[in-house]
Amino acid sequence: MNNVKRLAMLGITKEYPGCKANDDVFLNIEHGEIHALLGENGAGKSTLMKMLYGVVKPDAGTIVWNGKEVSISEPAVARGLGIGMVFQHFSLFETLTVTENIALVLGAEAGNPKTLAARIKKTSERYGMPLDPERRISSLSTGERQRVEIVRCLLLDLQLLILDEPTSVLTPQEVDDLFKTLKQLTKEGCSVLFISHKLHEVTELCDSATILRAGKVTGHCNPKDETSESIARMMVGDDIAISNECRRAVGGEVFVDIANLSTPALSQFDIALKSINLQVKKGEIVGIAGIAGNGQDELFKALSGEEIHRHSKAIKFAGDFVDHLSPLARRRLGMAFVPEDRLGRGAVPELDLRDNALLTSFDSDLVKHGFLNKANITALADHIIEKYKVKTAGNHDAAESLSGGNLQKFIVGREVEQEPLFLLMSHPTWGVDIGAQVAIHQAILELRDRGCAILIVSEDLDELYKVCDRLGALCDGELSDFLEPEALPLVKLGQWMAGDFDTASTNVESKQGVLTHD
Amino acid sequence: MDINLITNILFAMILTGTPLLLVALGEMVCEKSGVLNLGQEGMMLMGAVAGFIAMYHTDNHFLGFVFAMLVGMAMSLLFGFIALHLNANQVAAGLALTIFGTGLSAFLGNDYEGKQITVLPALVETELQNIPIIGKALFAQNAIVYLSWVLIVVVYLFFRYHRQGLSVRAVGEDPTVASNIGLPVMRIRYLSVMFGGAMAGLAGGYLSIAYTPMWTEGMVSGKGWIALTLVVFASWRIERIVLGAYLFGFASIMHLVAQGLNWSISSNLLAMMPYVATLVVLVMLSRDKQRLKLFEPMALGKPWHKNS
Repeated sequence: MNNVKRLAMLGITKEYPGCKANDDVFLNIEHGEIHALLGENGAGKSTLMKMLYGVVKPDAGTIVWNGKEVSISEPAVARGLGIGMVFQHFSLFETLTVTENIALVLGAEAGNPKTLAARIKKTSERYGMPLDPERRISSLSTGERQRVEIVRCLLLDLQLLILDEPTSVLTPQEVDDLFKTLKQLTKEGCSVLFISHKLHEVTELCDSATILRAGKVTGHCNPKDETSESIARMMVGDDIAISNECRRAVGGEVFVDIANLSTPALSQFDIALKSINLQVKKGEIVGIAGIAGNGQDELFKALSGEEIHRHSKAIKFAGDFVDHLSPLARRRLGMAFVPEDRLGRGAVPELDLRDNALLTSFDSDLVKHGFLNKANITALADHIIEKYKVKTAGNHDAAESLSGGNLQKFIVGREVEQEPLFLLMSHPTWGVDIGAQVAIHQAILELRDRGCAILIVSEDLDELYKVCDRLGALCDGELSDFLEPEALPLVKLGQWMAGDFDTASTNVESKQGVLTHD
Repeated sequence: MDINLITNILFAMILTGTPLLLVALGEMVCEKSGVLNLGQEGMMLMGAVAGFIAMYHTDNHFLGFVFAMLVGMAMSLLFGFIALHLNANQVAAGLALTIFGTGLSAFLGNDYEGKQITVLPALVETELQNIPIIGKALFAQNAIVYLSWVLIVVVYLFFRYHRQGLSVRAVGEDPTVASNIGLPVMRIRYLSVMFGGAMAGLAGGYLSIAYTPMWTEGMVSGKGWIALTLVVFASWRIERIVLGAYLFGFASIMHLVAQGLNWSISSNLLAMMPYVATLVVLVMLSRDKQRLKLFEPMALGKPWHKNS
């Protein structure tokens, strides 16, 4: 029995028009192990997982489950085998309750709603993930939503749990809790397939790892014997720089001055900002950490002018109040924005890259007397594509045809190339692979050194610690203090992110726990 | 105001509101699955003409209604094929269906204009009908009215307590997620669209067999459209659809009331009443945007196809 592998994927191949997503991939998972699947954006991790879960059908190759060859034609089959999956973008319905969401997946097996609710409660508590079965998903935090997903899998006779980048949405404390749950699961014999970009998590948690690059397996290893550096090398290949040391800067005069910015919650799905105070100096990068849905969106909209608060006087830009100005007027003053949604707010999905480049850049020499200078626009688009290594067939590609990470590079490039005086970015490298992350960070740092004031809102703590000169957290519409990253232990930032500001300005000297993984 | 008048108003209000109730109920189920079918008017007209023709030749009310429903369903399948299978724009496909149904029903019904059929009688004869005020409204209705009451309860319970009702809501909120967790999105949408078609056909048949017992070209006169707005302004909630439909019924018979009370109001003004009254009340009810979000199918009208 112990010689039989829990799962063996043999020679899996999947081809989409124009790209081979998976090319002869082999993957083995033992009983009770946590197996990491690593790779850059577009390396084929998601495709492989989808085939294992029956969402996508492989073109070639076999899947052997507990020693028997199986054909997983749809998710129900996978669940029947005991395979549960937590997608990166949760498969939850916001207007339904926890119980309803779980009942949908379990099917006939769910039984009576009342007994199901009791089962949910019992299982969730047993694994240290308390849940209220009656609440609507829309009222849950991201961490709680993830618990719903995991509990939903646990209610099956679970033998393999697939987690697609589970930690990217969690606070450090929540990550610890999740890891405890996973370890408890593996002790009971369940296997876990863990997909992540964060290499220190993999080295900490996983027993073995398979690395994909461009659809092919480029290595197997035991993460405990490797360093983040050596694993990253297997992921990106040899020719790309994967780390850069960031110098800190202290900044010059205060350039953007936000004093007592309060906004009302427009609906029950929004967060009210509670008297935000924040200064950003020329030539410094300020970072705001926080779990999504704690007011980041509202703060971004207030600063960018997407929500205009005509009668307030809270946001001062280079000495003048800009509260009443439209986004366009603010851009003309030298502000630039990289919003969280790439499609819809950062770019117009149907337009090609040239037009999208023009969108926020039209005050430069691209337009003369209202007429477009096509040659200059094309040159600008090509310049961004080349400088920021955007993978695309050409400047005539529609924005929506690019992968998320590539479009992000393009949007960041477009904004940075404006040479703004103030740059506001939301999740600048979200979903972007390591090679491109380095390029984006480099561009931001250079911009800072030229005197730009930069504000970054992100959930990626590694990134914030890496590039920011001062760092704080936003929770439920309230802003914490700001400290230099070196003076801010990860534990404390985690507390801030969870809304515990009491310890804010006390033990500034304590530096233990600061990014031991770097 | 005399008791008799009130009794008759209540009776006629329900009688008149029923077709609207049926269409709106069908369209609500359809929209809950995320499909916006603007072809209600056309499907109703086809149901009306088909029901009338079947009734005329067989003199059997049951067959008339079954035929009306089948034709409504066939029309909705045509829409489903274009909008779901071929992934065409749902708005355009629905509008085309209405135009198609309007023309085809006029063509098919040309020979039947002015023909006579037996009107659908009250379902039962009972002493209870003589109860003042509510007796007639509750106990003297025809079979389809009672069927509509059963359907209200069934649809309500379906969405409230049945797992498949949950599936329909899930598909309407996010088809991609629904598909990822293994729900048959296409099948659920087709079935919902077909239910909408059957209800529209039945409502059309009701108009030509039970309500006016005759066929005239374009006799649905915008009830399909008002049902569509009814669903939106009722924010996809059954109790409000019932309220809106009967309100429409009440406003539609205002001219009878005016006659009964010897008021002299322009008949044009009165003819406008049902549309205005229904809209005003429902708009007022749907002011609360936050509550609306809980019932609105998020993926409504968006084309979706499974990529594998």
